[in-house]
Amino acid sequence: MDSDLKKKLLREMLFARRFEERCYEAYVERKIGGFLHLYSGEEACAHGVLEAARPGQDYVITSYRDHVHAIKCGMDPKVVMAELYAKETGCCKGLGGSMHIFGVEQRFMGGYALVGGPFPLAAGIAKGIQMKGGDEICICFLGDAANNQGTFHESLNMAKLWNLPVLYVCENNLYGIGTRIDRSTAVVDQYKRVSSYNIPSAQADGQDVEVVYEAAQKAVDHVRSGKGPYFLELMTYRYRGHSMSDSNAYREKKEERMWGGRDPIIMLRDSLIEAGETSAEKFKAMDAEILEEIENEVIRFAEESPEPSMDLLHKYVMTENDPYVKGGSR
Amino acid sequence: MAEIMFWEALQRAHDEEMARDPLVYCMGEDIGVAGGTYKATKGLYEKYGAERVIDTPISENGFTGLGIGSSFLGCRPIIEIMSVNFAWLAMDQLFNTAAKVHYMSGGQLMAPVVVRSPGGTAHMLGAQHSARMEKVFMGIAGLRVVTPSSPRQAYGLLKSAVRCNDPVFINEHEMMYNMKGDVPDEEYFLPLEGSEISRGGKDVTLFGYNVSVYWCQQAAEILSRNHNIDAEVVDLYCLSPLDREGIKRSVSKTHRAVIVEEAEPAVGVGAEVMAIINEDCFYELDAPPVRVSAENTPIPYNHKLERAAIPDIHNVVDAVLKMFGRT
Repeated sequence: MDSDLKKKLLREMLFARRFEERCYEAYVERKIGGFLHLYSGEEACAHGVLEAARPGQDYVITSYRDHVHAIKCGMDPKVVMAELYAKETGCCKGLGGSMHIFGVEQRFMGGYALVGGPFPLAAGIAKGIQMKGGDEICICFLGDAANNQGTFHESLNMAKLWNLPVLYVCENNLYGIGTRIDRSTAVVDQYKRVSSYNIPSAQADGQDVEVVYEAAQKAVDHVRSGKGPYFLELMTYRYRGHSMSDSNAYREKKEERMWGGRDPIIMLRDSLIEAGETSAEKFKAMDAEILEEIENEVIRFAEESPEPSMDLLHKYVMTENDPYVKGGSR
Repeated sequence: MAEIMFWEALQRAHDEEMARDPLVYCMGEDIGVAGGTYKATKGLYEKYGAERVIDTPISENGFTGLGIGSSFLGCRPIIEIMSVNFAWLAMDQLFNTAAKVHYMSGGQLMAPVVVRSPGGTAHMLGAQHSARMEKVFMGIAGLRVVTPSSPRQAYGLLKSAVRCNDPVFINEHEMMYNMKGDVPDEEYFLPLEGSEISRGGKDVTLFGYNVSVYWCQQAAEILSRNHNIDAEVVDLYCLSPLDREGIKRSVSKTHRAVIVEEAEPAVGVGAEVMAIINEDCFYELDAPPVRVSAENTPIPYNHKLERAAIPDIHNVVDAVLKMFGRT
């Protein structure tokens, strides 16, 4: 990975961190409602994988921890934040919320709130790609705990059976809400679980964006070349609780400190400083610039945007004016 | 016009839509090489190949979700779930995704999937193969539910369901696939919303859907022949949304209503139609509306007990006679 790419990723990952931490504040201020699941600590996963793919062309789908993936796909952070603020200018006009960010134009096919729900949807998107004959792929990001749903097994089986162009990325942050993986899951190494479907897989350090990028290149190449599905497990850690309503009391401080010492942004920053490509001062200046951008552009846009109009309540229940629907009683 | 069987009408609709649009495909258990449990996809595997007539693993939630995902890209899957009893397993993807994704994405995505599945009480299939679950599907905002009662409806509703941009659940009946009926030779589409008056009458309205339409029609014949009661039969082929106008129009004409359903009474079609009558045309009534429903039990294996668990023509006749004070 060349240093320009590293610098680009450093900025994007720092932006993602600041975006998420600003969401935390907005939630505490009750500007953001509902459930809020933050990505802080896991930035190298989405950035490393999507950098190796074609964001905006390849289809991406994920769970409710979805803001950062959406932005990396090319969505405007303002529109994502406005959605979190439940405003009409939000990507889903305030009908979706944090767990349901959608950017179909950027081929970000959504955040879904049922654990494991996107597994078959991703296989289906890949089926659609296959039927339409493109060379895009579908990338599905889900956490480790989703792998205990039936949809995991059903989807892997079908993806392999029909040779679908889908890359499953497991962001293994070691906890399913508040239950540690070894207390919920018989086989802790997730990449091993897919061997029963004869799907190639790998496990990689999810904190080192260079490592993620290299592992993802291999995975993406495999899928794009028509060899069928691939499963990439990335070992990572979320700094916050599962969601904002999580007391985060189930993890040991020692463990948190250990992972805090492997922060993906700090690791990347330090490697760039060591290579003489940046300096602590430049990093600080970039951080200040990002904070200002988030405050003056992103937050301001969300704050100043209007609430959705009340007629949106019924607007998207069904598609409008479908000619095959009306006819009435005869 | 030709007289064909219910399954043949479905097969023709599949075939025409697949011939027209390469993004229409069908999938389900045993629908390809085996030709379909009820033959609705007979001959299509040979014609369109394994990629468009897909034999799925027995993973109802998985392949339903897969179909939904493909519909995001413009595919039009027709998903057959072999029995509604197995469709329970797909409710997660149908309800949580198909019914909601257009809404929660602020109109960005559509899920134009068709899910066909037969339900009802057949012949000694026991508790876990005799579910009547239309009542569950019709209660979900964002999902259309239709239930054909004839080959003509089976064809016309499937054609419309494939073209419609909303997810549509087609509730078929295990006992109706070999039923014969007239189907026009030319292509046609039936609207996914509405109801049909299948027999005109002036004294009482019998509301039925799917198999219970026939119980209503036969009961109406007996009532006319033996009791001088002229019953109207309304076929509520669209269960979600129910045809409020059609219900109101018929009740305003006959002033009496009997709703006949194969399912248990609670939270069902009868309850819903009664609520609509109550809300829209209560003062038109000359008598309290009545439901003729199944017993509130799982379906037993023993044939006599099985028949006793669901309504029949005589239950409908008796309910009408009681309403008229003739018993």
